[in-house]
Amino acid sequence: MDELDRKLVNSLQDGLPVCDRPFDALADQTGVTVTEVLTRIQKLLDEKLLSRFGPMYNAEQLGGAVTLCAMQVAGEQFDAVAEMVNAHPEVAHNYEREHPLNMWFVVAAEHPEQLARVIRGIEQETACRVYDMPKQQEFYIGLKLAV
Amino acid sequence: MVLNETDRQLIAAIQDGLPLASQPYAVIADQLGITQQAVITRLQALQDSGLIKRMGVVVRHRALGYDANAMVVWDVPEADIERIGKLLADETCVTLCYQRPRRLPDWPYNLFCMIHGRARDSVLRCIERIIDRHGLHDVDHDVLFSTRGFKQCGARYASPADQAGAARG
Repeated sequence: MDELDRKLVNSLQDGLPVCDRPFDALADQTGVTVTEVLTRIQKLLDEKLLSRFGPMYNAEQLGGAVTLCAMQVAGEQFDAVAEMVNAHPEVAHNYEREHPLNMWFVVAAEHPEQLARVIRGIEQETACRVYDMPKQQEFYIGLKLAV
Repeated sequence: MVLNETDRQLIAAIQDGLPLASQPYAVIADQLGITQQAVITRLQALQDSGLIKRMGVVVRHRALGYDANAMVVWDVPEADIERIGKLLADETCVTLCYQRPRRLPDWPYNLFCMIHGRARDSVLRCIERIIDRHGLHDVDHDVLFSTRGFKQCGARYASPADQAGAARG
């Protein structure tokens, strides 16, 4: 990653305007052409440094339902349970963390009933209790990750 | 806001990402058979309503060398949650900050924030600085580092079958 990549990633995290030529300002700021900006973003996507470029949705307002779930999984069963959990297409992230509650994942469904169904399904398949902790309030993050 | 048919088609058309073109909204407009101005106007309305937070990027922290990823959780009295939530969200090393329900007796924490760093040391130092600066020594907290990530992908909110324009509103 060079200086230009870093500048682009930092600017893009703050968002791009919705207008006729949204990359022009970015090109001006960084002193390169729009074509170069686009080529670099494609390269960052190809190298998987960025996973997506586009709209960040507020899922709840789209009628969707999202929650953060935690489970306590015995060490020797961890990989098998992770496989069962990840097999659900509604599971978007899954991390092993250092805590008695050691498996943490996000479930995103199209509506609350589907969300409840997925969680019940995971509990039945894995015989583990799912601690379901939906967001009650989001605190606005001003400055993003500087790279 | 109430989504109309065009909004649903727009959401389906861009949910996997914007086209990388100098005029990406013109490309979308061509796909949907409407004008670029109509695309821009509706997307701005969707942004104003908060349904789309912004047009941006999802950064893959690990790929960028941010290998230490901690979920830091706090047990905050309800009366203080607004104040402390805002303090945490303003910290540069905090990338997400949410209030969530406790699950007593196993889980006493109600304020969650994510801190990414290049190494565990720097994440722990960041947490210490936050505690010192804001006098949070009496607030119970725990630090849950991630040891493995299995499924790091952005959530999708409409299935491919919805591309025709039936994205759920």
